[in-house]
Amino acid sequence: MVKRIVVDDIIFQDMDNQIIQLEHLTKRFPVGNGFFTALTDINLSFGKGEFAGLVGPSGSGKTTLLNIIGSLDVPSEGKATVLGRSIAELSQKQAANMRNHHIGFIFQTYNLLPVYTVYENVEFALLLQNISAEERRKAVMQALEWVGLTDKEKSKPSMLSGGECQRVAIARSMVKRPKIVLADEPTANLDSKNSHHILQTMQKLNEELGVTFIFSTHDEKVMQYLKRQISLADGKVVADEQVELVSSQ
Amino acid sequence: MVAFKLAYRNLLGAGLRTWLNVSVLSLAFVLIVFYNGMIDGWNRQSRNDTQDWEIGQGQYWHPDYDKYDVYTINEAHQPIDEQAQQEIDGGHLVPQLLQQATIYPQGRMQSILLRGIPPEQTLLKLPTDALNGDDDEAKVIIGKRMAKATKLQVGDQVLLRWRDRHGTFDARQVVVAQVFNCDVAEADQGQLYIDYQVMQQMMDFDNEATLLVSGSEVAGLAGWSFKSADFLLKDLDDLINSERISGRIIQLVLLMIALLAIFDTQILSIFRRKKEIGTYIALGLTRKQVVGIFTIEGGVHSILAALLGAAYGIPLFVWINTIGINFGSADMGITIAERVYPYYSWQLVLGSVLIVLVTSTIVSFIPARKIAYMSPTDALKGK
Repeated sequence: MVKRIVVDDIIFQDMDNQIIQLEHLTKRFPVGNGFFTALTDINLSFGKGEFAGLVGPSGSGKTTLLNIIGSLDVPSEGKATVLGRSIAELSQKQAANMRNHHIGFIFQTYNLLPVYTVYENVEFALLLQNISAEERRKAVMQALEWVGLTDKEKSKPSMLSGGECQRVAIARSMVKRPKIVLADEPTANLDSKNSHHILQTMQKLNEELGVTFIFSTHDEKVMQYLKRQISLADGKVVADEQVELVSSQ
Repeated sequence: MVAFKLAYRNLLGAGLRTWLNVSVLSLAFVLIVFYNGMIDGWNRQSRNDTQDWEIGQGQYWHPDYDKYDVYTINEAHQPIDEQAQQEIDGGHLVPQLLQQATIYPQGRMQSILLRGIPPEQTLLKLPTDALNGDDDEAKVIIGKRMAKATKLQVGDQVLLRWRDRHGTFDARQVVVAQVFNCDVAEADQGQLYIDYQVMQQMMDFDNEATLLVSGSEVAGLAGWSFKSADFLLKDLDDLINSERISGRIIQLVLLMIALLAIFDTQILSIFRRKKEIGTYIALGLTRKQVVGIFTIEGGVHSILAALLGAAYGIPLFVWINTIGINFGSADMGITIAERVYPYYSWQLVLGSVLIVLVTSTIVSFIPARKIAYMSPTDALKGK
């Protein structure tokens, strides 16, 4: 069965299972007179509700792959299909719509907007959607409840710890109930305790809401939580395996 | 609306930098309004004064009269017909007879324009009732500039020499009956006012005039060429417009300084806030929308500047309007009041706000355009 979700002028197909398909995907960047190949012939697919990670050392192409899935970049060759739409064929507006409604981002450096409060940072994504103030408030408070920050709604990011900032970023990515959350090295700036805390939060959201989480990481702590590990090296997939979960407690 | 909200928050979040820009811009804004207010105030006062003291609502000239050609003055006079006389009697017209003459204050010879004007007229503010007198003494009134130039005071006698209609020179002593204070240089400098009837007798004219000052346009006054107030005020308008243009240069420099500060802030902002720009795009804004946010941010500077300018500008303007700006009694040879009271019209304020708003939005847009070509992935890395 295929559900069709209409968002503005584009139609995203909500596939029953495969929501991301990458076929022979290659990405090159111009460097000087030549090119640097960041990804080579990637063939992957991700299903609904996955909790997967792209693991590998720096420069292996993890972030580039996340950027393409998140429609922030386009492949040089091959095809990236997200929610039934080819990323390369999306207009800027369509790609922005897709990110706004269906894809949440979590960054290593949190990327919170410094002049806004916690509440306003989380609310930001909803401001672009036609949602009433009352509904926005309800959604934001629920998202803050998920990450345990309801008491910090009026704080500015500068008043929060790194762990709290990342929890705000999770709330911001989740508040619009996206289908996919892309987390780029989410624990890289966090200590062990905070890393486990936010990973447990994301794990819980994945289980409760069925959101697909894709991580880019080389952090062992993150790997403990992944249900699927895709190892990248020099822009190629070297391993793709389902993982037995180890208790994070 | 979201973009305005974001821009407003970002500006407040930027703290001191925003307030420095806003302060400079508000200063430019207040000075632009003030300068133009001064020019408008001067314009209004000068036009009113010139009409009150010299030209009325317009003038009917002898067809040969040209105030810029002295050779036309002696011959440009004609009898007042019945229709014109009725208007004069009704107080709608004031006849003036103009002739060149010479006075000899303290032995020095000085050419003047002798103006015969009925003492009983009330159309012009000239204190012509001082010309009344039942003795044989011919009285004249002069303006303060003329008094200063000739060192004449009230009660002084001065020798007046003229040529009558036959070309014969004649002379007599006249007494300065009053020195009037008038802001209109043209009604003062080199002008000597005398009783219209006395002048007729002196010149051997019979009920003739060079021009008729009008309180309102009289339809079908044959034999006279009507000159509207706008025509007669053209010199003043040209002078004020040239002042306005030179003022524009100062305003432009001021505005440029303020806009340069905004431009610089915008460039710095876009350089320093690349990660934020990337985040906006990741959160679902298009690059155009981000360009819009940054452009509006720059534009909002001008709104804040207008508000800040209003906060200290309005009390300042109100205060200045109660005391006026003192230009002293310095004779600049132009029509200007001793105290000029600025005039701020809503068109002036709105126009100034629009100019500042539009220009600050343009200078904000120019650097913000770069965002449209920025790679979101590079922006997220802060590159």
